[in-house]
Amino acid sequence: MKSKLFVFLFAMWGLIIVGGGIIVTILGPISISGFGEFDWFLASVIKAVIAIFLVVIWILILSKIKNWIFKKEIKL
Amino acid sequence: MIDLLIPAIISCIVAFFIVFFMTPPLIKILEKRNFAVKDMNKKEDIMVVRPGGPVILAGIIASELVLYAFLQMNEILAILITTSAACVIGYVDDRKVMGGWFKPLALAIAAIPIIALGAYDTNLAFPLFGTVQIPALYLILIIFMIPITGNTINSIDVLNGVASGFMVIASFSLSICLFIVQNYEIAIVSLPLGFVSLAFYKYHKVPSKIFPGDSGALTLGAMYGAIAIVGGVEIIAAIALLPAVINSFLFLSSVKRVVEHRQIKGKPVEHTKNFLLKATDDKKAPVTLVRLILAGGPMSEKQVGYAIFKLTVFSGILAVITAFMIGVSL
Repeated sequence: MKSKLFVFLFAMWGLIIVGGGIIVTILGPISISGFGEFDWFLASVIKAVIAIFLVVIWILILSKIKNWIFKKEIKL
Repeated sequence: MIDLLIPAIISCIVAFFIVFFMTPPLIKILEKRNFAVKDMNKKEDIMVVRPGGPVILAGIIASELVLYAFLQMNEILAILITTSAACVIGYVDDRKVMGGWFKPLALAIAAIPIIALGAYDTNLAFPLFGTVQIPALYLILIIFMIPITGNTINSIDVLNGVASGFMVIASFSLSICLFIVQNYEIAIVSLPLGFVSLAFYKYHKVPSKIFPGDSGALTLGAMYGAIAIVGGVEIIAAIALLPAVINSFLFLSSVKRVVEHRQIKGKPVEHTKNFLLKATDDKKAPVTLVRLILAGGPMSEKQVGYAIFKLTVFSGILAVITAFMIGVSL
């Protein structure tokens, strides 16, 4: 049982590294122009929406991994 | 670096010995006032006093003031104010049972001094891929970070010695990571957290003489979160905290709402005849880290604690690897 927890920990770590890469790749280059002083605000809103969407996907994937690793234990 | 050595040593000594010497008198005061709860995992009717939060906060305030006298950094003030506010919030919850949303909301407000004092950098550093600048989004992250770390540590405070022992490992891992990313000043500012936790662990370990209570757990968690923000090591801090994050994640994904532990109907863990801990078959009970550890069979409270510590050491190693990876770019 305990080894499965280590596997789950490692999987979470992997997801954080990969998720970080996606965030830097997608969010990093986003910049808006043509709205004057609202440029940074609009860019922030777009980044926020994408970040929330990515976090939701991250949680869903983590949930699937959890169910897969602990399928026996979760049915306790 | 060398000029930071003296303040570092003095603050660590102050942090450790204030908690070490002030906890026994606090235990006596709490016993006199009958501020005690039953230790549910003991066969006999053993009453344990709480909360230990005030003594933990005293150690943190004294040691950080020593550092402030030497370094005069806004970051120290931000950590101190946020941590103190978290302790007060926890103390209110210790004395009076509050709703499930009280702590997250109040802790979000406790994060405001970090923003007000400008003790943050809007660059979020990721390993291998570099940094991303998220000015507005980062403010939201600060507001969320303190409630998350505070409640995460609080949620793992379920067995004798676990919260304090967990914080010893996680906070020293974070300090090592701060040294690796060459943020020496915040690394030194973070050291008292580990020493305060270590001193408190002496009285909190099995069999506990005092419980940290919400005031203690939130103080430790909020300070950890504040250090992560002012040190710019949010991702590394989250990795060092992974076993507690897993616990919160499992709990929330099985309960599917923000709720106080005392409001949960099903019991995830019960006792065998010889008072070992065992996982229940209760379908209504939340899935927790302790329940998963016990899925392999009954264990003593001490064994479960050590299993959690092993997981924390593992996540600490992953955090250190991540800190090395921060300096590497693909």
